[in-house]
Amino acid sequence: EKSRKGFMRQVDDLLFGKSKIDDELLDELEELLVTGDISVSTVEEIFSQVRSEVARSELQDGEALKTRLKAIISSMVKVTDHDIPWEPTPYCILMVGVNGVGKTTTIAKLGYHLKNQGKKVLFVASDTFRAAAIEQLQTWGERLDIPVIHHSPGADPSAVAFDGIQAALKRQVDVVLIDTAGRLHTKVNLMEELKKIRKVIGKRLDGAPHEVLLVLDATTGQNALNQARQFHEVTPLTGIILTKLDGTARGGIVVSITNELKLPIRFIGIGEKMEDLEPFEPEVFVDALFSK
Amino acid sequence: MFDNLQKRLDSVFKKLKGYGRLTEENIQEGLREVRLALLEADVNYKVVKDFIAKVKERALGQEVMESLTPGQQVVKIVHQELIELLGGKTSSLSLAGKSPAVIMLVGLQGSGKTTTSAKLARFLKKKGRRPYLVPADVQRPAAIKQLQVLSKQVGVECYPSDPKEPPVEIARKAVLKAPLMNLDTVIIDTAGRLHIDEALMGELKAMKEKVAPQEILLVADAMTGQDAVNMAKAFDDALGITGVILTKLEGDARGGAALSILAVTGKPIKFVGIGEKLDELEAFHPDRVANRILGMGDVLSFIEKA
Ligand SMILES: Nc1nc2c(ncn2[C@@H]2O[C@H](COP(=O)(O)OP(=O)(O)OP(=O)(O)O)[C@@H](O)[C@H]2O)c(=O)[nH]1
Ligand SMILES: Nc1nc2c(ncn2[C@@H]2O[C@H](COP(=O)(O)OP(=O)(O)OP(=O)(O)O)[C@@H](O)[C@H]2O)c(=O)[nH]1
Ligand SMILES: [Mg+2]
Ligand SMILES: [Mg+2]
Repeated sequence: EKSRKGFMRQVDDLLFGKSKIDDELLDELEELLVTGDISVSTVEEIFSQVRSEVARSELQDGEALKTRLKAIISSMVKVTDHDIPWEPTPYCILMVGVNGVGKTTTIAKLGYHLKNQGKKVLFVASDTFRAAAIEQLQTWGERLDIPVIHHSPGADPSAVAFDGIQAALKRQVDVVLIDTAGRLHTKVNLMEELKKIRKVIGKRLDGAPHEVLLVLDATTGQNALNQARQFHEVTPLTGIILTKLDGTARGGIVVSITNELKLPIRFIGIGEKMEDLEPFEPEVFVDALFSK
Repeated sequence: MFDNLQKRLDSVFKKLKGYGRLTEENIQEGLREVRLALLEADVNYKVVKDFIAKVKERALGQEVMESLTPGQQVVKIVHQELIELLGGKTSSLSLAGKSPAVIMLVGLQGSGKTTTSAKLARFLKKKGRRPYLVPADVQRPAAIKQLQVLSKQVGVECYPSDPKEPPVEIARKAVLKAPLMNLDTVIIDTAGRLHIDEALMGELKAMKEKVAPQEILLVADAMTGQDAVNMAKAFDDALGITGVILTKLEGDARGGAALSILAVTGKPIKFVGIGEKLDELEAFHPDRVANRILGMGDVLSFIEKA
């Protein structure tokens, strides 16, 4: 795709005609990685490795260096992973994240994806705060023919989640997807609210939520790591969904998040429509970073 | 982490303390720390390059002061340059000219346009204007409803958009209708779109032609990374934006996007969003954002006094 030209392709330009790897070149390469929104700490980790290999003359030319960089980044992105098992049923997924990243839309996309596999799905509108958040999910529910459990605006989100699980059990659905309000990871009271939602869900259904997925916007910079860390601490995450990869951002934050938090990327969002969701494939992603 | 920029610089300049000059050689390592720090704050790398060159020019040849360590001295220069860049152009809305005044809000998906439209309506209403909120997002589910709910909360009129009508038509009709309702400020909320989406960028251009807005405000998320420059430049090239509103600034993002956007568009940041509630809109304070980008408010106030 035109928009996903890899920033690492510039490595070639940098290395072109260089027979020797010197400090200046390594500095420039280091900077290049940061320009892809990989966190400064992860970049430093990558380069402490590379620099010592250069010092030991294990990496002698540009080509070797590039191959090595790609290998290091690949190993960082490939965290031990299991596919979402989708059982036991009802399989409960809690969607969390900061404001406007794409939580509600991603729930719609997942609903579409699951329905196509013949699964019975239920949406739960636990964002009772944002204006018309309930109507937004309901509109998707109508389009997809997926029922939506909701209360009135301003209601207690935990109570909605509880009713959602209750309904999921009664209606014997396969997957129940719970939408939550956007919240900055720095807002203590809102993060506490998330803990409560989680606790209430677990009380009603043993082992639930089975997945807590953090939605991250691919255009986010270094802050993405803070978001992931903070959400992970408050409500242990099982994975990440990276949205808005159809823009020109490179999503380099993926490398830092998989490297520093060992959390798998489950899906990527590549548009606003219900079909615009794809499973994350580490090889494809890394190839894209380096593609010309 | 960046909180230690000061410490890192102090250790870099240890040998220099109390005497000598900042020279080409001794400053190099210090500037590398500054560069990393700015990158860590999400300032675009090209912007960082130019910025570092400026700082270097100013720093070279300076006598090391008695009252400050060389590290503090470099930080002081960096801070002053930052404020200059950020604050060179502060301005508020200019709604003079024809009535009704028209404001368009544009930006990427989820940046905060709809919320900010309502915040602006509230702000302008307090200033004695009579705003008219216009939902011109017929794309996102319940976007019209969202603005309707918000307009009730701030107590201003909302244009009853028909989702089957093209956004440009909605905007045109709303502007015609405003004077009939004795309203003097039309605030148009547009759908989120990617800057590389030519069809949708074309729609904004057509809307601009039709309603001749006094202000076209780019609403941008303070957490945006290196891509902020591409986004801002594309919106500015296509529309000639008149200013920027930076949202979600109350979190812990360093806000380097502010600097990147300013550097590539040269357009002022007119407001910042600091929360989801409709009164959480503030004027832009360059010094605060500079402190934030450097992540070292307390140290800075000490250095600035020296
Ligand atoms: N281009 C693009 N837009 C997306 C993608 N995913 C979501 N969006 C858009 O991003 C905007 C925000 O999406 P929402 O699903 O409302 O985000 P949210 O996280 O639920 O937002 P809050 O509930 O307000 O915190 C909408 O305009 C979506 O259409 C994506 O993968 N690509
Ligand atoms: N924390 C915080 N959240 C904000 C701020 N401004 C807006 N939001 C939230 O960001 C999310 C998206 O805001 P919207 O106003 O719907 O964004 P939009 O740009 O209209 O989104 P689309 O129309 O889908 O492109 C909502 O959850 C808002 O409450 C802010 O300054 N701080
Ligand atoms: Mg939502
Ligand atoms: Mg909107």
